[in-house]
Amino acid sequence: MRITSVARTIGFYVALALLGLFAVFPALWMVITAFKQNSDLYDPNNNPFLFNLPPTLSNIEFLFTQTNFPVFLWNSFFIGIVVVVVTLVLAVPAAYSLARLMGHWGEHSSIAIFLVYLIPPTLLFIPLYEIVTFLGAADTVWSLILVYPTITVPFCTWLLLSFFRSIPREVEEAALTDGWSRVGVFFRVALPLAAPGITTCIVFAFALSLSDYIYAAVFVSSTASRTVSAGVPTELIRGDIYYWQALMAATAIVGIPLAVIYGLLFDWLVRGFQVELPRSLRA
Amino acid sequence: MKNDKTLGAVRKRKALPKPYPPTGIADRDGVVGTLMLAPAVLYVVALVAVPFFLAIALSVSDATVGDPAIHHFVGLANFIDVMRESAFLLALRNSVIVTLATLVLLTVLTIILVELLARPFPGKRFAEILIILPWAMPAALAAVGWLWLLDSEFSPIDWVLRSVGLLGPGTALGPANNLYYLGREWLGLGAIVVINVWRTLPLSAIIVLAGRTAIPNELFEQAALDGAGYFRVLFRITLPALGILLTVAILFTVLVIFGDMTVVALTTRGGPGYTTEVLPYWAYLKGIQGGALSQGAAVALFLFPVLLAASILVLRMAYRREEA
Repeated sequence: MRITSVARTIGFYVALALLGLFAVFPALWMVITAFKQNSDLYDPNNNPFLFNLPPTLSNIEFLFTQTNFPVFLWNSFFIGIVVVVVTLVLAVPAAYSLARLMGHWGEHSSIAIFLVYLIPPTLLFIPLYEIVTFLGAADTVWSLILVYPTITVPFCTWLLLSFFRSIPREVEEAALTDGWSRVGVFFRVALPLAAPGITTCIVFAFALSLSDYIYAAVFVSSTASRTVSAGVPTELIRGDIYYWQALMAATAIVGIPLAVIYGLLFDWLVRGFQVELPRSLRA
Repeated sequence: MKNDKTLGAVRKRKALPKPYPPTGIADRDGVVGTLMLAPAVLYVVALVAVPFFLAIALSVSDATVGDPAIHHFVGLANFIDVMRESAFLLALRNSVIVTLATLVLLTVLTIILVELLARPFPGKRFAEILIILPWAMPAALAAVGWLWLLDSEFSPIDWVLRSVGLLGPGTALGPANNLYYLGREWLGLGAIVVINVWRTLPLSAIIVLAGRTAIPNELFEQAALDGAGYFRVLFRITLPALGILLTVAILFTVLVIFGDMTVVALTTRGGPGYTTEVLPYWAYLKGIQGGALSQGAAVALFLFPVLLAASILVLRMAYRREEA
């Protein structure tokens, strides 16, 4: 093997290892912390990466039995699923309509949709707080289910609009010529072909609704309706007292399974964005 | 799979006895299109457009949490009031610094990561799970994780620095035993940037990777035949081909960071003093914690011109691409 190619292989793995370490290091630290005993954790002379005392499950037991973490977990999961469904019901038909049925301006509306996505929650949360209060939804999970699609619908419409546009028109026209209705073509031709885009939308809608902090912290103050994002920090940071092991356990328990699922869908997520390339680059 | 019909499968089906061009309601594109589009448009108008204009109305009113109705028009008084506060300039400065620093760091790391993930290697699937981990964690919980990682007393980074003799009495990084990352102005801002980059790198890599894998292989084969070195290929072929997508992906993630308060709210909380304050968190402090809804809305609106300018940049690039 030539020296340059050996050097290149080494460089490749070193770079990969460094970036991987950057991504994983905080999570590693969380997992180690989650299993540590107090007297081991709070001794600055101990090697923080080792278990100087035997690992313990008591922190995780504390998290599940002495705190409302199971409630937060259920709320987050429930909100996430409902938001995904609402998002798909609103965004998929809208994107198809813009891509195929509304003529020239529909096809070119992606910029406007993008602008809607860029209006930040920080700008909207004060008026939305008033609207949610007015509707009597404040302090319930429904307030969050009502507002999360403001983030997910523009994003998913934008993504799917590009995706539907990248499907060759001839495929649908062939079905139309065969006597299918437009609605039939949408359900039986366009939707299956847009599967990678829709998968990406599902993952994004779920991830965005799980990740939101500002709405969850402002709209909901009762423990029973809190999500993981807002509930865990409020419940496990009491004034100056941080329940570090339980906090880290909560983060790892939510984050790691999701990372595995999203990671296995990695190629699909990439394909979901594989839409908007300049024509000159299309092979 | 049953649903996975390709063109061939569709055409093989027996033609239904229907006239063409079609005539039923379900065939009229304009009607079907309007019906399909209407729910999303109504939703966005009700819960994005209306609140947006309410935010503008609030910012020129004297509404508070105790009395949230918009009674009086006070003109630009709220804007003038918040601009007079010393925290405003700091928050504006920090928002700009954090956003620009994130932009630069994220661009470099995204390019490197995409170059790495563009080729096959053993264990790639496992690597992808590790790489996506920061994005899979809810932002608030990830921020708490970093809070502990950068703890003033028990940070493992400090421990490593102490073990190798860089930190502690009589060493290069000072007499103290800890660096107090979140308790100092520039270290705090640096930490916020690193956390933001860490959190958004997976997303920007996924978007750019979509563009990278779509570059035709012939371009690289041709360059290899011509004897071009790795960096020549990177700067002459890969980056120009990615140019637009890279810009869109990075702006896309960075603008979200510019409007987000989660990381600051859970790590430095804007402190010490207001030295690491950013506009979104200050809007929250003023509007909700401080009860001055109108002033909070005014602060939040300061974000908008910047977002709009950056968005127009995206818009223009996207249009140029359409013409390409």
